[in-house]
Amino acid sequence: MNWDWQVFCKDTIDGEIVPRCFGGPGDLTYLDWLLSAWGWTLSVSLLALLVALVFGSVMGILRTTPHRGLVFLGNAWTEFFRNIPLLVQIFLWYHVVPALILPLRDVPSFLLVVMGLGLFTSARISEQVRAGIQSLPRGQRMAGLALGFTLPQTYRHVLLPMAFRIVIPPLTSESMNIVKNSAVAFAVSISELTLFALQAQEETARGIEIYLAVTGLYFLSAFALNRVFHFVEQRVRVPGMIGGGQ
Amino acid sequence: MNLDFAFLTPQVLSSYVLKGFAFSLQLTLVAMLGGIALGTVLALMRLSSKSWLALPAAAYVNTMRSIPLVMVILWFFLLIPLVTGRPLGAEMSAVITFTLFEAAYYSEIMRAGIQSIPRGQVAAGYALGMTYGQTMGLVVLPQAFRNMLPVLLTQTIILFQDTSLVYAIGAYDLLKGFEVAGKNFNRPVETYLVAAVIYFVISFSLSMLVRKLQQRIAIIR
Repeated sequence: MNWDWQVFCKDTIDGEIVPRCFGGPGDLTYLDWLLSAWGWTLSVSLLALLVALVFGSVMGILRTTPHRGLVFLGNAWTEFFRNIPLLVQIFLWYHVVPALILPLRDVPSFLLVVMGLGLFTSARISEQVRAGIQSLPRGQRMAGLALGFTLPQTYRHVLLPMAFRIVIPPLTSESMNIVKNSAVAFAVSISELTLFALQAQEETARGIEIYLAVTGLYFLSAFALNRVFHFVEQRVRVPGMIGGGQ
Repeated sequence: MNLDFAFLTPQVLSSYVLKGFAFSLQLTLVAMLGGIALGTVLALMRLSSKSWLALPAAAYVNTMRSIPLVMVILWFFLLIPLVTGRPLGAEMSAVITFTLFEAAYYSEIMRAGIQSIPRGQVAAGYALGMTYGQTMGLVVLPQAFRNMLPVLLTQTIILFQDTSLVYAIGAYDLLKGFEVAGKNFNRPVETYLVAAVIYFVISFSLSMLVRKLQQRIAIIR
């Protein structure tokens, strides 16, 4: 087959090849479009990761507290967001939530998708945080309480510092998953990489080149997040622990 | 906004949704069986000491696992007609894609399952004069399957949820059925809600069953 990588230098409107591949203001090349789509993918992924970490941590912590009501809340949250397909959840946020909760009608769809992807992932993070806390020896909690710490203090100063270090590896793969899962945002017309792939493939009929570029950027983004988490893991390691420094 | 579910009569459900539901189940089942079979082969290849078997299997699994499923679906929809020379329906393309994609995930589960079997079991098989095939088929794999059954089933629940992504190539599945019904009756909010409830009920009850199974297996062991 013949490669035609010049497709990225084409103007998106008249299909002419633009010298230097970057269009000026008002006329975009496919390369411009690809990069802006990458930006959308990264923004959705990173903001959703933030939402997921916040809600996932809170819910994971609640599930390990001695209060039945809080445990139930955490469990219900996790089961709810884990058992509905991501695409359906995105549709719920995009079509159903604004229709039922009127003040949300003017929220941009970008933020709705961030909430959808973030809360979907929060269920998985809550599982990992819970498992991390429960993997600590029981004596740690007892020792904290015996020293006169309140329950929140025990969590803040005794349990969470170790638990979060333990869950960094699963959080790393979850952060890579979020980049992959952000592809679902194409379904509600967020102009991210997958939507670019679909539309540019249609317009240029150079599907293989377009898909290769998009796949490569997904790979690169997930790999970059992997390195960031790896760096954090190295920085916060505790000497003497398995996987810790010498 | 008033919700009105009255239009979702049994006739409407059977004419719009049933076909899609049947396809979603079919896709899940075929991809599960095909994926576990292919995944087991891939796992055995990866654990082989021959690098011409191990390396391609590892490359395949890692590639599949690092690409978004939606992109994999699009890739296959683009490539299969180029390979076979004639266009293939979205449904058939989805079945092939999911089988090959899920094989990568099932193979990681099977690899963990096989590695959890003590080495002595393999040695014992060989000591009894069994061939490689007999040792794997009669000694190692049955135990690995049994140990990994809950995880394999959990992956299948994820697979069932992921089948909704065939939306990308316009295949007619459960979600699509609800969407078309919602468009025709101009009631998208209600149909998406019902779709969510149905996916939830199926996934949640299946995961409860898996949890029960896990407890039973744990007790027997």
